[in-house]
Amino acid sequence: MSNLKTITVTVNGKHYTRDVEPRLLLSDFIRHHLGLTGTHVGCEHGVCGTCTVLFDGESVRSCLMFAVQSDGHEVTTVESLGDIDNLHPLQEAFMEAHAVQCGFCTSGFLMSLIPFLEENPDPTEEEIRDALAGNLCRCTGYQHIVDAVKLAAENMAVQS
Amino acid sequence: MKPAAFDYYAPSTTEEALAYLDQFGYDAKPLAGGQSLIPTMNFRLAQPSVLVDLNPIVDLSYIRPHEDGGLLLGAMTRASQVERDPLVAERAPLVHETMPSIAHPQIRNRSTMGGTMAHADPAAELPAVAIALNAQFRIRGQAGDRWVSVDEFFLGMFMTVIEPSELLVEVRLPPMPPRSGWCFREIARRHGDYALVGVAAMVTLDGGNQCDQARLVFLSVEDRPVPARRAAEMLQGQTPTAEAIQAAAETAATEDIDPGSDIHASASYRRQLAKVLARQALTQAFARARGVA
Amino acid sequence: MTKKYLGQRITRNEDPRMLTGQALFVDDVEIPGMLHAAFLRSDYAHARILSIDVSAACNRPGVVAVYTAEDMGDFWKPGPLLVPAPRGIEGAFFHARTQIPMARDKVRHVGEPMAVVIGESRYLAEDALADIVVDLEPLEAVADLERALDPDAPLVHDDMESNLGSFVPQRKGDYEAAREQADLVIQRRIVIDRGAAAAMENRVLVAHWDAKSQEMTIWDTTQAPIPLRNGLAGMLGLAEHQVRVIAPFIGGAFGPKIMMFQPEEVLLPWATMKLNRPIKWIEDRRENFVATTQERGQIHDAESALTKDGHILGVKDVFLHDSGAYDPYGLTVPLNSQNHVMGCYDIPSYYSELKMVFTNKMIVTPVRGAGRPQGIFVIERLLDIAAKELDIDRAELRRRNNLQPDAFPHNHKIIDQAFAEFVIDSGNYPATLARALDMIEYEKFIKEEQPALRAEGRHVGIGVVAFIETTGVGPYEGARVTIEASGKVSVATGVGTQGQGHFTAFAQIVADQLGVDVRDVHVVTGDTAHFHWGTGTFASRGAVVAANAINAAAKGVRVKVLKLASKVLGAPEEELELADGMVRVADIPDQSIGLGELAVLANPMRGAVEPGSEPGLEATDYFGPQYGATANGTHAMILEVDVETMMVEIKRYVVVEDCGTIINPLILEGQVHGGVSLGIGNSYYEQLVYDDNGQLLNGSFMDYLIPRSTDMPPRIEIGHEVTPSPLNPLGTKGAGEAGAIPVPSLFAQAVEDALYDYDLEVLEMPLSPNRLFELCYQKGS
Repeated sequence: MSNLKTITVTVNGKHYTRDVEPRLLLSDFIRHHLGLTGTHVGCEHGVCGTCTVLFDGESVRSCLMFAVQSDGHEVTTVESLGDIDNLHPLQEAFMEAHAVQCGFCTSGFLMSLIPFLEENPDPTEEEIRDALAGNLCRCTGYQHIVDAVKLAAENMAVQS
Repeated sequence: MKPAAFDYYAPSTTEEALAYLDQFGYDAKPLAGGQSLIPTMNFRLAQPSVLVDLNPIVDLSYIRPHEDGGLLLGAMTRASQVERDPLVAERAPLVHETMPSIAHPQIRNRSTMGGTMAHADPAAELPAVAIALNAQFRIRGQAGDRWVSVDEFFLGMFMTVIEPSELLVEVRLPPMPPRSGWCFREIARRHGDYALVGVAAMVTLDGGNQCDQARLVFLSVEDRPVPARRAAEMLQGQTPTAEAIQAAAETAATEDIDPGSDIHASASYRRQLAKVLARQALTQAFARARGVA
Repeated sequence: MTKKYLGQRITRNEDPRMLTGQALFVDDVEIPGMLHAAFLRSDYAHARILSIDVSAACNRPGVVAVYTAEDMGDFWKPGPLLVPAPRGIEGAFFHARTQIPMARDKVRHVGEPMAVVIGESRYLAEDALADIVVDLEPLEAVADLERALDPDAPLVHDDMESNLGSFVPQRKGDYEAAREQADLVIQRRIVIDRGAAAAMENRVLVAHWDAKSQEMTIWDTTQAPIPLRNGLAGMLGLAEHQVRVIAPFIGGAFGPKIMMFQPEEVLLPWATMKLNRPIKWIEDRRENFVATTQERGQIHDAESALTKDGHILGVKDVFLHDSGAYDPYGLTVPLNSQNHVMGCYDIPSYYSELKMVFTNKMIVTPVRGAGRPQGIFVIERLLDIAAKELDIDRAELRRRNNLQPDAFPHNHKIIDQAFAEFVIDSGNYPATLARALDMIEYEKFIKEEQPALRAEGRHVGIGVVAFIETTGVGPYEGARVTIEASGKVSVATGVGTQGQGHFTAFAQIVADQLGVDVRDVHVVTGDTAHFHWGTGTFASRGAVVAANAINAAAKGVRVKVLKLASKVLGAPEEELELADGMVRVADIPDQSIGLGELAVLANPMRGAVEPGSEPGLEATDYFGPQYGATANGTHAMILEVDVETMMVEIKRYVVVEDCGTIINPLILEGQVHGGVSLGIGNSYYEQLVYDDNGQLLNGSFMDYLIPRSTDMPPRIEIGHEVTPSPLNPLGTKGAGEAGAIPVPSLFAQAVEDALYDYDLEVLEMPLSPNRLFELCYQKGS
């Protein structure tokens, strides 16, 4: 491939230098080039929110960016949150409230909610529903996700 | 759903970007927030052979006060910046009110002021708002800048007066006269979807509480945002009573717009929504102008 | 046995992996040297293929192979009929026309594959699709369900006389006689359109033939790994043990992932053997709308005969069922519709004609609900109309016709999806109804709140509908339960899992039987290397059929544990108890042995396993129900319509659910919530819009509207009734689909009630604000 571009990107605090085709979607780069498969892909046209990651700290659809655009930037994925034995309070709340069924959309919800809860540490139910509206879930009907966000906000307030 | 191949340039200045656009002409497409362009490319409905990425041009991202009391917005200013900016809330409250209606936070974190104008989607919110605010567009080519008024800017669906070798670099919002009121309303099937119909209203009252000026602009009704001129004329010089507003709303919905039908809404349903939204928006805007809302 | 876990709100064992992005989904599988497939799909709904020229595509750098039907030789075959037609129904016929791996002579629906490109990346493979030159002669499309049966309609299958794929008349009693006696006869035409399952994960497949080990491994987003393994082994000429199908975590399924053998499922295993390299195919969202099966399109001419005091004397229903281009799933969906028209009511006479019709649209197979929502919609609408005509309260009319608690087992006396007479095992319908009415405060709303709201000019309506759901059909499932040397327990079963919480619900059952911590039970589903026998996850059967098999196997292990422990501890079995991972002599706590230690003793390194016994603490068992269990429920809602915009807001939503014994209320509630959200989609948001040429007009998430968080009611309030099924030891009934089934009927009733002054009769689904506007303001359109 003639027109490969070399990019250096920081993902979850780790620097990666890779050669990529300009057309490579950021979502595919994260999943298939870096092997961070916690970020999932649901529609590739920016509606479902499954592929949401943080780009320089803000939530974005990784299917609506090219990997080349991340050169010199910081990407944060679900793998940056807690791990299996030490869940992040938001992940803990998702488990507690049964906000996960098939688990496919979950990372996108979590990555949308991390900046939301930073900006809105004590959200109302209506604010939560608005914040969730950019992510589709086909399993839960959202109610348990709303419950989880409330619970996370409470728990995170206690911890901070 | 993977985009076709393209050559990628990431200039760090506007001048450099313009040189690429000049070099590649119609083959090139500027990439701003990409929130409309990239899905189209993923569907392979658009296959530009060259992308000129404007994101590295940091000089194009700003919100500045204009000395006349208005605002200057750099083309690469993100929607989320506009949404959170206190100066925008103060000087262009109509814009501030509109922002949460645009898609979702994840989209607004990328979407740009210039990109949404230049893309000229008839269902987009900000082009209609720009007309309601009588915005001016600074368009830059290698030969220099030109200013285009919003009334001349939009030519049709996804079409503006910007030449392939040019870039929209700045949007100027004139100051809001005293005793002005504003309102943005839209009806979408779901939160964040493109509106079935939307409307942006700006009104100004004179000393006698009569309507000095009204601008009412619809989105999602034709191939570009549509100002309701007859309705505005009806209101001019009138006391904005409920009856006057209702009459203007009806005129707007029946005479000023010629909506089409699609799978989500028939033309007559769109007229109905336009009528309701116009009434609600005008009522709220006049109330704000009077300082009672 | 103490039931420490059964019925408890246990959080899920599988969640930590899912929440941290560590759960394996098929698209996460990466194998060195893996190729990627992209399919060339028809843009036409109906066309004759004149030629396909792939030479340019083959020459594109990075392309490894391009195949069309021609290349497949004898391997090209129509798929098997998954569910045969029921026998013994007089006058019934069924023509099997199953899907093909790639179109050969003509294409029969938009999205049907015509060629596959296999290349070094998906990007390159998609590039090469544009190089393929296809010469098609467009044919008139069979897009309209009714016109499909016109004598001069074009034929989807040229070898047939008409597009009528099946005809199934069923009768109970004498409807015509009932009609003669009736005080009121209601006749209506009811139209229900298509929707998509739209799981968040599209279909994905990785096929890997290892020539050295002569083993085929297939990772597939399937609901039925074992039948898939069996079928593919047969097709590929391999022994079953050479083929391993793994359905790891699946990102939602909702029906279409039970469909097999999808064209891609046939092509990739074949191609990996030809190329000797692993191949991945990821269905993208655009493909999902044209290449994954759909459901719900039916037109009913329905009729009910009642006495003036509201007792149903009989029901007649003649309906068309849109099967799409092929009918691999047999009659499951329309038979469910036909059965569920009888609902939870005592209907003395019933005459129904099912006409399954081929059209040039995507194939129809079950989607969460599987024909049941349509049947329930028909009977509930007929009841609502009767209530108005007879001026009887809607809830009261249902109460009068409900089957009573002493009526079970009740035989509806028609043939159901299991090809036996439709017998309802148990239930308490009046109790469910009463509870729902109570929870939503029906009387108070009707008598106090609604008149006040109406006086304010507001349009707020209430709905209440009852439904049944046939669940837990056979044939069987199996499981193997093993206590390991660590003292932990492993469970393997053949069903796949797509978010239902199997790793927890199944673990709860085993933990109770063996007295271990629920976190110490490790469940494996969906891997044919771990369990050889089974069918799959569909028809709300996991908690019935698989759970009872697991319960039986765990009991088998318990017997072995007690026998060995009795010997080791020198105490009679009756005095032993299993708790905290130990076997203890009751009342003598220090006389005990850990299960792990016991497992080691059961699998000795020296000495001998006694004749007649088996090594290890392990048991395998199976469960096959005599017939399916029938769950039921009542849903109620209050909604408001803005009559200026026709936007609808659901203000309250109540579910009373009876699915027999509850394994885990937390998981059950999650299932109900999800079902209701799909039902709300089916009622007001989700419609697959096809034009006259069979083109899908809204094949993206921009235009196909799945409910968002802001479209759901503020809270779904759930009440439980528990009438255990007598058909299985656990007493469970399925609940996976229940949430979705009554919602369209409920929504229709509540909307009519809200728009009381618009003389509205809702006889179609889905609705939309635009359609409500037409129904209210543009009568006749």
